Amino acid sequence: MTGILSLTTFAPILGVVAILILRLFGRSEDPKTMGAAKWIALVTTLATFALSVLMLTRFDPNVAGFQFVEDAPWFAGLHYRMGVDGISVLFVLLTTFLMPLCIVASWKAIGVRVLEYMIAFLMLETLMIGVFTALDIILFYVFFEFGLIPMFLIIGIWGGQRRVYAAFKFFLYTLLGSVLMLAAILAMIQIAGTSSIPALMVYKFDPGLQTWLWLAFFASFAVKMPMWPVHTWLPDAHVEAPTAGSVILAGVLLKMGGYGFLRFSLPMFPQASQLFTPLIFALSVIAVIYTSLVAFRQVDIKKLIAYSSVAHMGLVTMGIFSGNLQGEQGAIYQMLSHGVISGALFLCVGVIYDRMHTREIAFYGGLVNRMPIYAAVFMLFTMGNVGLPGTSGFVGEILSMTGTYGASTWTAILAATGVILSAVYMLTVYRRVVFGEIVNQKLAAITDLDWREVVIFAPLMVATLVMGVAPSLVFNVTQASVDHLTAAYRAAIGG
Amino acid sequence: MSFSAGLAVAYPELILAVGALALLVWGAFAPKTSALVGWASVLVLLGAAVAAAVQPFGSGFAGGLVFDAGAAFAKVAIYLASAVCVPLGQRWFARRGVTNFEFPILILIAALGMGMMASSGDLISLYVGVELHSLALYVLAAMYRDDARASEAGLKYFVLGALSSGLLLYGASLIYGFAGSVVFSDIAVAVKGGAHVGVLFGLIFLICGLAFKVSAAPFHMWTPDVYEGAPTPVVAFFAAAPKLAAMVLFARALGQGFAGAAPQWQEVLVALGLISVAVGAFAGLAQKNLKRLWAYSSIANVGYALLGLASGDAQGVQAMLVFMVLYMIDVTGFFACLAALSRQGRAMETIDDMAGLIKEQPGLALAMTAFSLSALGLPPFSGFWAKVYVFKAAIHAGLGPAAVAGLVGSVVAAFYYLRLVKVIWFDAAPGATDRPAPEARIIAVALALFTFPVVMGALYWIDPLAATAARAFGLA
Repeated sequence: MTGILSLTTFAPILGVVAILILRLFGRSEDPKTMGAAKWIALVTTLATFALSVLMLTRFDPNVAGFQFVEDAPWFAGLHYRMGVDGISVLFVLLTTFLMPLCIVASWKAIGVRVLEYMIAFLMLETLMIGVFTALDIILFYVFFEFGLIPMFLIIGIWGGQRRVYAAFKFFLYTLLGSVLMLAAILAMIQIAGTSSIPALMVYKFDPGLQTWLWLAFFASFAVKMPMWPVHTWLPDAHVEAPTAGSVILAGVLLKMGGYGFLRFSLPMFPQASQLFTPLIFALSVIAVIYTSLVAFRQVDIKKLIAYSSVAHMGLVTMGIFSGNLQGEQGAIYQMLSHGVISGALFLCVGVIYDRMHTREIAFYGGLVNRMPIYAAVFMLFTMGNVGLPGTSGFVGEILSMTGTYGASTWTAILAATGVILSAVYMLTVYRRVVFGEIVNQKLAAITDLDWREVVIFAPLMVATLVMGVAPSLVFNVTQASVDHLTAAYRAAIGG
Repeated sequence: MSFSAGLAVAYPELILAVGALALLVWGAFAPKTSALVGWASVLVLLGAAVAAAVQPFGSGFAGGLVFDAGAAFAKVAIYLASAVCVPLGQRWFARRGVTNFEFPILILIAALGMGMMASSGDLISLYVGVELHSLALYVLAAMYRDDARASEAGLKYFVLGALSSGLLLYGASLIYGFAGSVVFSDIAVAVKGGAHVGVLFGLIFLICGLAFKVSAAPFHMWTPDVYEGAPTPVVAFFAAAPKLAAMVLFARALGQGFAGAAPQWQEVLVALGLISVAVGAFAGLAQKNLKRLWAYSSIANVGYALLGLASGDAQGVQAMLVFMVLYMIDVTGFFACLAALSRQGRAMETIDDMAGLIKEQPGLALAMTAFSLSALGLPPFSGFWAKVYVFKAAIHAGLGPAAVAGLVGSVVAAFYYLRLVKVIWFDAAPGATDRPAPEARIIAVALALFTFPVVMGALYWIDPLAATAARAFGLA
């Protein structure tokens, strides 16, 4: 199966080429051309999903190391190196799973410059998959950074009122974090004499140096994650981005931060990770409590979900740096689950935004009377976000908190309040939007989900519930890799 | 060493000199055939590039002219970059009613001077090369003489250029006085194991003069004014090749002449580099005119190249060479875009002029986006790889803090590149643009394709070539 990784990663580029060819033969604002571009994008993303599923079926969960490895020498000692382990393979799947849903969700919402939009999304898909499959650290950085451009354009062209501000903030925040990481990457290549991620994972950096390298990587991943206090770009970006952009942002882009901690910070700088664990715990607890409280005070639904994302990511960072098996597994599970649920929640907001063109909570109320199916769908994802047992949110939260408890009792206890707070704000917003009588007469004629929207939500609901009742499906894949990661970390810090 | 042996290492110079003089005579007697003169000079430049690629290494004229792997690498790049600018500029001038046949010939003469700079083995040929190319550039800047701004630019360039030549000469005479020779290899012997303070004094003047030529801050004052005033294709020319020539000269003088004083000049170069990065990043923020903006961008980029050179080893020189070659492609392409664009006959020179360009001219808009992102240093564009080389070399040489400062500077500069991207992609076009000039458009799009994706394959060859070239400069 050599080559399947490159194929999966670059399959969306074939769609880009097809759309460019389409552009040569038709006018870009012609409805027929736009329709064809949408279909090309949908077929491409579905094919990519199929490829990644095929890859998962051939994946051997008993192997801790990297699989489907491809390696070709490049210039200046760099290599084109790809591979996945039990952790990254699921993030690839998450990306390819969300992507077709985003295309369908944009079917009617995007009316202008459709070709560019589809090209931007397909490019973004390749770059996101590449982040998870790259095994050369420079290649990883290329994918990681290049992803800023399509997202910058998606927010800036198809976004809301303050889109330019949000796009710049998103870009510059992330860039500043990333250039520090680049400096660290170059230093690591210089010192270790290799740019191969597997080789760097076993290279023992001097503990004093680790501190600096860890901080540089932290600058990048903390912004990406985002962790308090560098999270402020996220609410702006989410609010201004089009629905599908928010889904990708929350569903995949934020996970790159957590993935980075798991792939780089923990295995490459174990001593520094241990040193900074209290810092991570403190920031995470603040994120969980503070951003939950902030979320409660929001008047914009999208902003509320954005802040809720920051809070949920706080649990992830905690789990990752707990350094034990439950913590890591929980963090990974929480990221996958949050990818599905927060994506779905942004789609829920998109549904009513497409109809009413406002995201203000006070505008709505009593939607259950007109949109019963929508109310049920929204309910499921609300519960998932709260972490109700039976949904995927529960598994991730309970595990990462158990793991954190093993490392620091107080952190776990404080973080547990986040579960209550998330119930408070999620149930409140749900009640205000969905329950009650219709007061606002503009809502009288609002229509329920059409079949296209049902098609979008169905797979997300299935994923939320299946991951809620059968977590072993995921754990079987991640087990060997996480075992290996935790054991190596424990051995390195001598614990 | 005999005179004829010297000529054997000077084939590119001979081709250029004879070519330029022959074409000058041709143009003087048949002034209506200036287009043919242009194409003929492209052929001359390509011939010189081939000669530089195949000619055997050696040195001649009592060590004054050195031809080694470093000179070969630089000359091929310089001649090719010059050749691109000939059709670009000639058609641009022709459309504005200037049909002087001198334009390509001045480029030939400038290329001859730049080639000498890349090959100079002593202070005399250094000075001759610098002056030869500078004089041609002054005339080129003022070539569009009906335009008051162009004349002003030419004059400013000339006056400040003369000042820097004075610095250069003063430094050279001090070095000669204290080291006892003008040949780099003899100077190297004199400064081995610590340079006399007089030599160091001269070296600082030499560095200042050369810093002026590469427009490194704080010797950058002329750059924004000259870029803004000079005709766009001329800027495309002198923003690229002369910078490489001056950087190579920098490397050769410092490496072959002053390796013994490396700790001293390293400090100076780091300071120059970081000041340039800072000035380029912060002053660029306030610019509205794109040519001025790219003047500041070039100041910042020269700063990065100087950081590479400041590493003081072969890896650093290699980084500088790769950086400059990739940057040349970037900057030539960007000014080719500007040369191609106009709206209702008026040149589009401010950032706001580019509003909605993606709708009007998707090809050029994409090219301009690629050049901007490349200059920003965003992967996977060529500018990113250039920065990777430079910062890797800087970190290798223990200049980690300087590298981090440089990277942070690139984030500041990111704002103005992004603003251009924003205007191109997000804003609405105020009106239709004219049909772009075909030759400028072809050049722009071809160079944009180089910044991505061609560069990722091209580095496979550029990397070892630059590595071989770098070893020729005498820095281990």
